[in-house]
Amino acid sequence: MRAIRLLRNKINAYLPLIKSMQTALLLSTGLAGYLSAHTTVDFGMLLGLSASLFLAISGSTILNMWYDCDIDIAMSRTHNRPLATGRVTKREALGLGLVFSLVGVAWAIHIDNLYGMVVFAGLFFDVVVYTIWLKRRTSWSIVWGGISGGMPILAGRVLALGKIDLIGLLLMMAVLFWIPTHILTFAMRYFDDYKAAKVPTFCASYGFETTRAIIALSAIIAAASIGVASVMIGVQAGVLRLMAVLSSGLLLLSFASVFRPSERVNFSLFKYASIYMLASMILLSL
Amino acid sequence: MRITLFNRILLLVTCLLAAYQVVVGVNGLENIPTIAYTIAFGVLLVAGLLIIILGYEVLDSPIVVVVATVIPLSLSLGLVWEHISSVRLPYLIFAVTGLLAIIVTRSLRMPGRFSTFVLTIVHGLAGLTVFLLPSVLAAQGSANPGFGLVGLGGALIGLGGLLLYFLKTGRPIVSREIILRILPGIFLLMTIAFVTGFALA
Repeated sequence: MRAIRLLRNKINAYLPLIKSMQTALLLSTGLAGYLSAHTTVDFGMLLGLSASLFLAISGSTILNMWYDCDIDIAMSRTHNRPLATGRVTKREALGLGLVFSLVGVAWAIHIDNLYGMVVFAGLFFDVVVYTIWLKRRTSWSIVWGGISGGMPILAGRVLALGKIDLIGLLLMMAVLFWIPTHILTFAMRYFDDYKAAKVPTFCASYGFETTRAIIALSAIIAAASIGVASVMIGVQAGVLRLMAVLSSGLLLLSFASVFRPSERVNFSLFKYASIYMLASMILLSL
Repeated sequence: MRITLFNRILLLVTCLLAAYQVVVGVNGLENIPTIAYTIAFGVLLVAGLLIIILGYEVLDSPIVVVVATVIPLSLSLGLVWEHISSVRLPYLIFAVTGLLAIIVTRSLRMPGRFSTFVLTIVHGLAGLTVFLLPSVLAAQGSANPGFGLVGLGGALIGLGGLLLYFLKTGRPIVSREIILRILPGIFLLMTIAFVTGFALA
């Protein structure tokens, strides 16, 4: 009984390491990328895609947490995370992150070489380029974080088609430009936290006004990319109408954030952006 | 007042129904009514999502008055375009100028009760059209009896609009708590009536 309780406590401590909501959203983009090709669905391959992507995304997230433990301790929003409180040791997190990442990438390569390379590229950009190299040096690091965020959808499409195509790149671009509506609104909301942790953010470097303008511009490009990709995929008119409605909501909130800035608008944009991405992924899969 | 989980679920179902109506549309229609119905259900969908995300606080925003008008105005435009071809153009002009008039009178400081007058005329006429037109067509036998449900939806949207109006003016006929408690239910019933009515038409 004691062993079971210990194991349960350990699992409870490990679970927050993978940021389940973020991982689920990225995984949904990978599945949407695969299903958007509208090829005959191979359920074995779909299962392999889900498992390998889940492991690779979770692995990179754990490695991020391992590397950024000192930042988490400094920020009031994150100081209760398992690594920051010591419920999970840095050694345990590093081991788990490496195992998840290696197994995820190896599985992906085993399924398909090109797919595996895209998955590896996503992990490399996220952990090495974004987290280790740039995050503490420049606010522009989010571009690289965005590119790695766009890799799962590209990977899914590559697995279905066996090649990188224009639609896949457009979908990746949609995720890349969607990320500022998520990350930058978050950075504005927790401005003091990031400042305390000495993490350079757009709002600290260029001010809130410029950041809001960049968010609005990104939202326009993200909505346009996803719209063009949907037309090229051949999404039916009704679904396209719904995408246009959801994109209008995103754009209206982005413009409201520029012309009538407030904490409430900023927060609603942050939340709406997640719903928008999830809904778009479901619609692309239809 | 915090929004309850039950009311969030009601709003989520409302949003899903509105999304469904946007996707299925109304078969065989021209561009104008398709756009009008898409705007009506699209605004309902986005507004519902924002209430789910932000709670009832979002209803305190001055833009609510405009949003609450867009839904009946675009619905009525779609209905008129579809069923009374003789007044298509005048109604299109009324809908566009009416919406602009509401935006202008709400954005600028207008003397006296001019903004309320404009709102009453535009919102009232649009609401009556959504309520009466399907009801009359269904009663006359010009449309399937089920189409009358769109009229019921029109009555419910009128009720919802009235409650929101009283909430905004600070003179509610019933308490704010009761209005906020029943509003998601009214939105859901209204959307069910619209979606069913259009499906049966």
